[in-house]
Amino acid sequence: MSAMNVLTLFLFNIVVYNIPLLYGTVGEIITEKTGSLNLGVEGTMAVGAIFGYLAGCYTNSLLVGLLVSFLAAGACGLLFAVLTVSLQANQNVTGLTITTFGTGLYFFVGKGLGSDWPGMQGSSALVNGFAPLEIPVLSRIPVVGKVLFSQNVLVYLGIVIAVAAWFYLSRTRVGLRVRAIGENPAAADSVGVNLLLYKYVHLVLGAGIMGLGGFYMALNMGGSFEGSNCWINGYGWIAIALVIFANWNTVYAILGTLVFGFFNTLQIYSGSLANAFPGPLGWLSAIPSQLYQALPFIITAIVLVASSVRSKKLGGQPAALGLNYFREDR
Amino acid sequence: MKKLLALVMAGAMALGLVACGQPAEGGSAGDDEFKVGAIYINSQNDTSGYTFQHHQGITTAMEQLGLDPESQLAIVDNVKEEDGAVSNAIDILAGQGCDIIFGISFGYINAMDAAAKEYPDIIFSHATGYMSNETNFNNYFGRIYQARYLSGVAAGLKSLETGNNAIGYVAAYNTEYAETCSGINAFTLGVQSANPNAKVYVNQISTWGDEAKEKSAAQALIDTYNCGVIAQHCDSAQPQMCAADNGVFGVGYNSDMTDKAPTAHLTAAIWHWDVYYKEAIAAAQEDPQGFMNSVGNYYGGLAENFVGISPLTNNCADNTQAVVDAVSDLIVSGEWDVFSGVKLSYNIGEDGSVEIVRTDADLKDNQGNVIVPAGGQSITDEVIKGSMDYNVEGVVVG
Repeated sequence: MSAMNVLTLFLFNIVVYNIPLLYGTVGEIITEKTGSLNLGVEGTMAVGAIFGYLAGCYTNSLLVGLLVSFLAAGACGLLFAVLTVSLQANQNVTGLTITTFGTGLYFFVGKGLGSDWPGMQGSSALVNGFAPLEIPVLSRIPVVGKVLFSQNVLVYLGIVIAVAAWFYLSRTRVGLRVRAIGENPAAADSVGVNLLLYKYVHLVLGAGIMGLGGFYMALNMGGSFEGSNCWINGYGWIAIALVIFANWNTVYAILGTLVFGFFNTLQIYSGSLANAFPGPLGWLSAIPSQLYQALPFIITAIVLVASSVRSKKLGGQPAALGLNYFREDR
Repeated sequence: MKKLLALVMAGAMALGLVACGQPAEGGSAGDDEFKVGAIYINSQNDTSGYTFQHHQGITTAMEQLGLDPESQLAIVDNVKEEDGAVSNAIDILAGQGCDIIFGISFGYINAMDAAAKEYPDIIFSHATGYMSNETNFNNYFGRIYQARYLSGVAAGLKSLETGNNAIGYVAAYNTEYAETCSGINAFTLGVQSANPNAKVYVNQISTWGDEAKEKSAAQALIDTYNCGVIAQHCDSAQPQMCAADNGVFGVGYNSDMTDKAPTAHLTAAIWHWDVYYKEAIAAAQEDPQGFMNSVGNYYGGLAENFVGISPLTNNCADNTQAVVDAVSDLIVSGEWDVFSGVKLSYNIGEDGSVEIVRTDADLKDNQGNVIVPAGGQSITDEVIKGSMDYNVEGVVVG
């Protein structure tokens, strides 16, 4: 196969395999913008993945799968909201609880079904729904056409959600209130913002979007439940790191996903690229694979340092992140 | 309101504790009853995977020996590879009166070694490990490389049929571990016995249990080298499913993966753990003192039917069954083994008859160094199990 094709397919697969990170990151950014730190991304995605997949299979409908994954994961967000907003539980501990609970529920349901587990081949709607959707004209551009305009519909949906979330959070009046809650809940409260409503709605919305990422993961894994590893397999945790990388901006999250995805996929394709371009990229095969696994996190650490050095005004981190707000405590 | 809630929650937790305190399933066995203990890394209720294979093996062996797994098998599952956790599990099983305790995961090794001294009357048997003592602690593993060679023959014949000499191999690790490395080498030698022009491209993902990486590695092999067969040494069936999605063929591992990829799967190298468990449990029952003499450290292969390949599917090339059977018979006879200075090739007659041709030839690594000179004896078990760290000729690390 020609060297150019290898490069194109490498870039193509960066997108295919890493879009769940984008969903997780955008969901977590919406959550964190209201001042809540939900560490339950991994579990929330697992719940969205398994229930969305099963519902999609049983009804043979991509739309039902999407909806159910959103609702099931949203229920995890609701649980988080009840515990941390209404009952004032510690956010970190609650988030970790939801991760444990969500992955546990994933295995419980999967293993409970046992041999009754539905295969994805039985559901034409899911198979076709996840097939590449070639955008006319644009998909014929060399390299770029394959990489950006021949993806499945859930890739486009993820990008649309990321851009819409950016517009919503930074360009609308409601989004302004959301950010106000994250920065200074007492001030928002004093001007009459309904804190309880805002927190609940956005925690559920954020978790629901994470769930869509789980659903994507399920389809990308061909719906094959193996019982020893969860489909999400750490993507939820990477998403939390990506929030910082993206500086709490959902459009930067697209970039962050591609950067993380680049290294993630480079580990797999390093040998291929080294063989395809022995001159300029031959050195790739000499790099130990552990470095590829570590690089995204090294970059995150650098971004963290850089953003803490920058003036505080530019930092995207909500000032009240992780702090519970209780009106009577004031 | 907050206090009331706290009270209610405290009450609920107390009730929960009481519920947990009740004994788990299974009653206590009589003193004269033989009892088997098992420590699993995953759940005994798994429906596939490593723990599932071992659990199946133990229960099958017990049933064949007339033992009742319901009452005579005690299990502690989801035990992490931490000495404390393993010691606790052993104490629980010893307390339940187990006569032999199997630990299925490599990381149980130190805790089992210590426990063998603490409980001299119990036999400890450790899968995949290398430690043992002279009285009550052994290890067990198998010549899975022989099964991989056979699966390589099937892949090689398929590559001859399709005319595509590129074969891919998704590996969790390669030369870091003798187990993965010897598997790649044996598979490659099997491939080349059928198709000397074939190359095996290895994509190493450096992790166990990352299904997304397992799939993308298979995709990368197909994208880059246009591989027509995808073999694997990793946990999930994702490489096989990826092969099916791309319209190429596959060779699985650990279990028959035909269900997951019916249009792709040729065969899989598999374990028959029940063969060992039957021998070990029977020996522990009859003569526990003589266990290390009768069973000892176990390393079974095709001859013991401890390893094998899953039934060939219709995706296989013509005559694959006949060739595989002939090679299998040769290995079982003990006249020849995979890592020796004798290479096999096959003359397949018009009528489907198979003649194995043995030729003396150097066994070389892929840097051109001679590992075994032409006609030389097979590499020792210690090297295959413990120190092999090179790839044979025909392996391309991609």
